[in-house]
Amino acid sequence: MSLLHVTIDGIPVEVEKGTTILEAAERVGVKIPTLCHIKGLMPDGSCRICTVEIQNRGRSKMDTACSAHCSEGDAILTRSEAVVKARRGILDMLLSNHPTNCFSCPSNGECKLQDLCYEYGVKETSCPGEMSNRPVDDSNPFFTYDPNLCILCHRCVNTCHKIVGCGAIDTMERGFESVISPAFGMPWRESNCESCGNCVAACPTGALTSKRKQNYRPWQVEKKVLTTCPHCAVGCQYYLMVKDNKVVGVEAADGPSNHNTLCVKGRYGSYDFIHSNGRLTDPLIKDRSTGEFRKASWEEALDLVASKFQAIKREYGNGALAGFACSRSTNEDIYMLQKMVRTCFGNHNTDNCARV
Amino acid sequence: MLEQSYFAKADELIARYGRQPSAIIPVLEDIQEAYRYIPRELLTYVADALGIKESKAYSIATFYKNFSFEPKGKYVIKVCDGTACHVRHSAPILAAMQKELGLSAQKHTTDDMLFTVETVSCLGACGLAPTLTVNDEVHPKMTPEKAVALLQELRGEAQ
Amino acid sequence: MRMEDRNSLLERRETAQQALSAYRCRILVCAGTGCIASGSQVIAETMRKLCQDLPNVEVECCGHVPHIGIANTGCQGICELGPLVRIEPYHYQYVKVKPEDCAEIVEKTVCRGEPVERLFYESQNGKTCPKPEDIPFMAGQTRVVLEHCGNIDAVSLDEYIAVGGYDALSKALFDMTPDQVIQEVDRSGLRGRGGGGFPTGTKWKQVAAHTEAPVKYVVCNGDEGDPGAFMDGSVMEGDPYKLIEGLTIAGYAVGATEGYIYVRAEYPNSVSRLHYAIAQAEEAGLLGENILGSGVTFHLHVNRGAGAFVCGEGSALTASIEGNRGMPRTKPPRTVDHGLWEQPTVLNNVETYANVPNIVLRGADWFRTIGSDNSPGTKTFSITGSIANTGLIEVPMGTTLREIIYDIGGGIKGGGDFKAVQIGGPSGGCLTREHLDVGLDFDTVKKYDAIVGSGGLVVMDEHTCMVEVARFFMSFTQRESCGKCSPCRIGTKRMLEILERIVAGKGTLEDLDKLEEIAEFVRKNSLCGLGKSAPLPVISTLKRFRKEYEEHIVDHKCAAHVCEALKQYKVDPDKCIGCTKCARNCPVEAISGTVKQPHAIDPDKCIKCGTCLSGCPVGAIYVD
Repeated sequence: MSLLHVTIDGIPVEVEKGTTILEAAERVGVKIPTLCHIKGLMPDGSCRICTVEIQNRGRSKMDTACSAHCSEGDAILTRSEAVVKARRGILDMLLSNHPTNCFSCPSNGECKLQDLCYEYGVKETSCPGEMSNRPVDDSNPFFTYDPNLCILCHRCVNTCHKIVGCGAIDTMERGFESVISPAFGMPWRESNCESCGNCVAACPTGALTSKRKQNYRPWQVEKKVLTTCPHCAVGCQYYLMVKDNKVVGVEAADGPSNHNTLCVKGRYGSYDFIHSNGRLTDPLIKDRSTGEFRKASWEEALDLVASKFQAIKREYGNGALAGFACSRSTNEDIYMLQKMVRTCFGNHNTDNCARV
Repeated sequence: MLEQSYFAKADELIARYGRQPSAIIPVLEDIQEAYRYIPRELLTYVADALGIKESKAYSIATFYKNFSFEPKGKYVIKVCDGTACHVRHSAPILAAMQKELGLSAQKHTTDDMLFTVETVSCLGACGLAPTLTVNDEVHPKMTPEKAVALLQELRGEAQ
Repeated sequence: MRMEDRNSLLERRETAQQALSAYRCRILVCAGTGCIASGSQVIAETMRKLCQDLPNVEVECCGHVPHIGIANTGCQGICELGPLVRIEPYHYQYVKVKPEDCAEIVEKTVCRGEPVERLFYESQNGKTCPKPEDIPFMAGQTRVVLEHCGNIDAVSLDEYIAVGGYDALSKALFDMTPDQVIQEVDRSGLRGRGGGGFPTGTKWKQVAAHTEAPVKYVVCNGDEGDPGAFMDGSVMEGDPYKLIEGLTIAGYAVGATEGYIYVRAEYPNSVSRLHYAIAQAEEAGLLGENILGSGVTFHLHVNRGAGAFVCGEGSALTASIEGNRGMPRTKPPRTVDHGLWEQPTVLNNVETYANVPNIVLRGADWFRTIGSDNSPGTKTFSITGSIANTGLIEVPMGTTLREIIYDIGGGIKGGGDFKAVQIGGPSGGCLTREHLDVGLDFDTVKKYDAIVGSGGLVVMDEHTCMVEVARFFMSFTQRESCGKCSPCRIGTKRMLEILERIVAGKGTLEDLDKLEEIAEFVRKNSLCGLGKSAPLPVISTLKRFRKEYEEHIVDHKCAAHVCEALKQYKVDPDKCIGCTKCARNCPVEAISGTVKQPHAIDPDKCIKCGTCLSGCPVGAIYVD
């Protein structure tokens, strides 16, 4: 198939038919801002912030980069005067229905609306008017929903329906009254929401925020550590967010099995044990005479276990032993366990509960 | 708990329009027509039967203005506020009816569940503007006085 | 009975024509929505009873070999004069017929062929009009789409066949290839009557080219949502078979086997008559499997809207048929490539399809003889508002506003001055006196910041405030905005707020600039056509009536005396007799004065309730 020739801010690029302007721009490293766009899904096209100017055969038109396909000879301008004017207009409109008390917003510092307003120099709205005034839904144990901060980009809805497949929330009512909520406007906790929090991660503003965010500001994160979620054997990739040498939260990474999504356990429940007071840091051996546990060295503990295994094997035969791995173990650990069972115990009595 | 007959009605409608997601709008239209509102439990039931998420069903039901979750009155009066009726002064007709029935832009239905008054954008009888409909029957060339007289007539009919 | 071949259709036509000509007399009662509202169904029933009582007369509505036929026809046009009754073969047109007139009509006209003169229309210059074509309103029209409306029983398949119905379909099926049908439509230059004016032939070609698609669809947009427009409704309820025939031809041409008609919920008559007509056509073998034995299949379904103006937008309409929120989506993909259920789909409006049978039957060349070069054919308009004759008309494209308003519409109601006409509904703009000689076709109207749209013409006289009209349209589009894209969702709200401030006398000149700025922004940046056109009423009124806006803001004055907040109640001292009635009745004690002396109203206290105005015995109080 022949390729189409277009330029993006003067940079030539060859693309296949059906390539969107956004995709073409990405190829040549030109960044076009988006709010509603989710890679891999059909364009929502609702926020209009990715508007670009397309010149071709002496004509010029404006269209959204997420949805418009490249045509032969397109000269695409992503920062022209008309484009900047349109984007400023969109931000102006969005800001007219969005509170600007950013200081007390948990998303302060990682809000795309805030970033874009800063970038385009929109300090306040030029057309103040009626603003949405709806109650905050704090019913979910893991996150908070403030509909008044919502800019209706539908990223949460599209994530919930098209990526997660849960469909707990949708856009209700219409026009200026549009609001995202569970069915019948019921509290989040009473809906069929599984609290996976992928909607929270998708939200570009402070409308959906993790309750953990109260513990840190985004700029206080000292490092992000890429690792595998230890909760089950799916092997989701995520970053541990570290502040003051403590894990304060996680952020999904684009792993082969999770593609930037996580489940409720991975996102909210699989790392608090790291800093738990009740966490075991040394092997313990129960003292038969006192009934109390005492600290031991790894060497002593492993020797004890190994000797007991051997004793059982001697007395009752190979079949008396089995190895069962916890699903929260990593695949590597589980592999080692079954290896031990087969080689040391000499049987196939091994399984794992990683079926969550 | 909703009476069993409601669910039987929903089953009948689902059988008529087919057990598929695209049947949601016709089924809801007929439920609205039969009961003058959409009982919440029934929406959940229909959504489930058609394989639609409850949230999506509610999303659809709140998008289209003909669906209502509040029961409507025996007589649903729609005052046309289409362009033709508007320029021939439909607003005072609406005001007169609301005043007569103690209704407002927020309260559409009388407490005795007899009347619901709302506006509609064009009934397609612009030649006879201003118009209104009572349960889909068009009344032409209305005035505030005629509208109030009509209410009294309907009240008498209801008794 | 099911017809299995072309000959059966010809035979059925002969029988139907014989049946029609066997009527000694036919009573055609208008059963358009307007006339039904005026009570035409009572007239039809009364006529039926009266005729049944006549000696030696057999009455049947649409059966065979009766002597007197009573037909419920489609809209005859002049809704204002309803109920309309026409008696054939005498061709007498009676207007504003009341049930008590029926006996006289039966006795004189039906039995003896004599006219009932007092029921004839009398034109403005005092001329009596016994025949429909004598009425100026009818004389200026060219009826192609509406040719049968008013002449045959709307739901009688036999009457439709008798007047040549389904000739076009059988010609297409048996004498033409699908490609030839498309060529004919393409050559005719037919453009979409829904407002956009996109060439129909081009659309059909694109869908036909998708030979790989497992299934294709033909969809008819009958979601005529523009307030003040009822042309498509009149076609659907007045000549449903014509629409069905047009759709069937489209299905054959593009290779679609399934069709959908999306009808707005406010048109119950259209829905019921379409359902009836579809069942009749299926039973007759003109729809469904193996149409007229040709091997061609086409099924037709009716979907009702549920109250969302935005569903008139193509992608919103198909989303609604699929059972979703009626929200437009970004393009590409276009409806012709990925339309209903992701399949190639032809989407046209009612009037477009209703033009198809005549184009196929009489040819593209004939069609091009009507209308203007770039917009051939006719256009239906509904003319409403401050006009003497409101109703449904059909004129060649390119007919001037002056001809429509003055020759057909009879001028301004009450003889007032023409001020403006809103064309194209809430997505259109206004044209003024200087545009009276502009010919209405797709390209010409666009030059003046308006659109032909679906064809609603709302005429406004000097008692109309253009700022209030702009506010009215904006409140409509704001209420009907689907809320998907931010420019339309928030922009229309902000524009409405500014307009509300202005009509309340609280606007500023900065507001005016802001209004203009937001209007341009919404026009350029909205996702769909409805959002892009939502600011048009504001843009065109600002352009043509900026002075009126400024008067509201600077002088706190509404010259048309429409904006309640700017009204001032005043006492004419020359007329006031000092009876004190107004002062006593005023609920807020805003009126003062001594007995037998002229009174005065304190504008600061006055709440504009109008009690003084309606109570004054000498008419001394007026609104300024």
